[in-house]
Amino acid sequence: MSLLGTTPAPLWRHPAFARGAREMSGVALGIAAWGLLTGVAMAKSGLPLPLALLMSLIVFAGSAQLAALPLMAGGAPIWVVWATALCVNLRFVIFSAGWRPYFAHLPFWQRLRMGYFTADLNYVIFMRRFTEPRPEPEQVPYFWGGVVTNWCAWQLPSLAGILLADRIPTSWGLGFAGTLALLGLMYSLVADRATLVAAAVASCAAVAAYALPLKLNIVVAIAAAVAVGLLIDHQTPRRVQPEDDLT
Amino acid sequence: MTAGETAVTIIGLALLTVLTRAFFLLPERDLPMPAWLQQGLRYAPLAALVAVVAPEVVMTQGQLIGTWHDARLPAVAVASAYYFWRRGILGTIVSGTAVLLTLKLGWGW
Repeated sequence: MSLLGTTPAPLWRHPAFARGAREMSGVALGIAAWGLLTGVAMAKSGLPLPLALLMSLIVFAGSAQLAALPLMAGGAPIWVVWATALCVNLRFVIFSAGWRPYFAHLPFWQRLRMGYFTADLNYVIFMRRFTEPRPEPEQVPYFWGGVVTNWCAWQLPSLAGILLADRIPTSWGLGFAGTLALLGLMYSLVADRATLVAAAVASCAAVAAYALPLKLNIVVAIAAAVAVGLLIDHQTPRRVQPEDDLT
Repeated sequence: MTAGETAVTIIGLALLTVLTRAFFLLPERDLPMPAWLQQGLRYAPLAALVAVVAPEVVMTQGQLIGTWHDARLPAVAVASAYYFWRRGILGTIVSGTAVLLTLKLGWGW
């Protein structure tokens, strides 16, 4: 492993880049099915073609796009659209706190760029690989390998969905492929009793709070799972992790 | 909305994507974050996934489904069985989708 900062080799030549790409490719089919349906939804909302393409390419946040579309089509005030997207994106604020110990040492513009490209699944898969919250040299290439894979797996089907909206049958329930990808990923994260209980609590909270507007049930579920997980951690003091206390 | 207003809305949405995703990454100095919160964040990704998946599986239009005659349930059962058999996510997607499409298109569920 070469020292940080002395490697002129491009990021994508690093072996960790390939590993990041490979581990993201497991869920790529689900991301693609989901991107396709989001593209179809954008075209069918009546958004003009150039604006639909622009939205897919620069907003790059499926849930926020799906939440904003009906409001934009219905002529809602711009600030209402923005406030809605902000609430739908609140989970990313929580995730960004999780990124900090890994990437806080990088330059500002790099942090900004990395933040922009991190979708949900990038976070999930990265955190599964690097469970210790401290920087390591292969994290940045691993990160970009996953991001590039996710970007392609999302954008290409999304653009195809916008362009071919009339020829894609939405009644087949293909969006469920995306849910199944998340299901598999979810199982892979259940590591012990604490995570299992936290997951069970999160599922109940998400269903019970489903009536909340703006997908806030997701934020409620995260809060409930974190609270329950911490409660279990404190009741069963298994291993003390000294690295949490340093830095 | 005019095309111009729509474009402004879209650009604003893109800025919101950056702002929320990079939120705690942006400050130069470490924000005081309690250790317990840092520790509890390890439950956040799993919780977010569960929170998206659970309603997609057991709800229709905001209501709990009241019938077993729903293609999603056998699809999830088969996909879950596949996952715990082989531990592969691609196969989980393919097997579950195959069951869903067979029931929907073949049997008209």
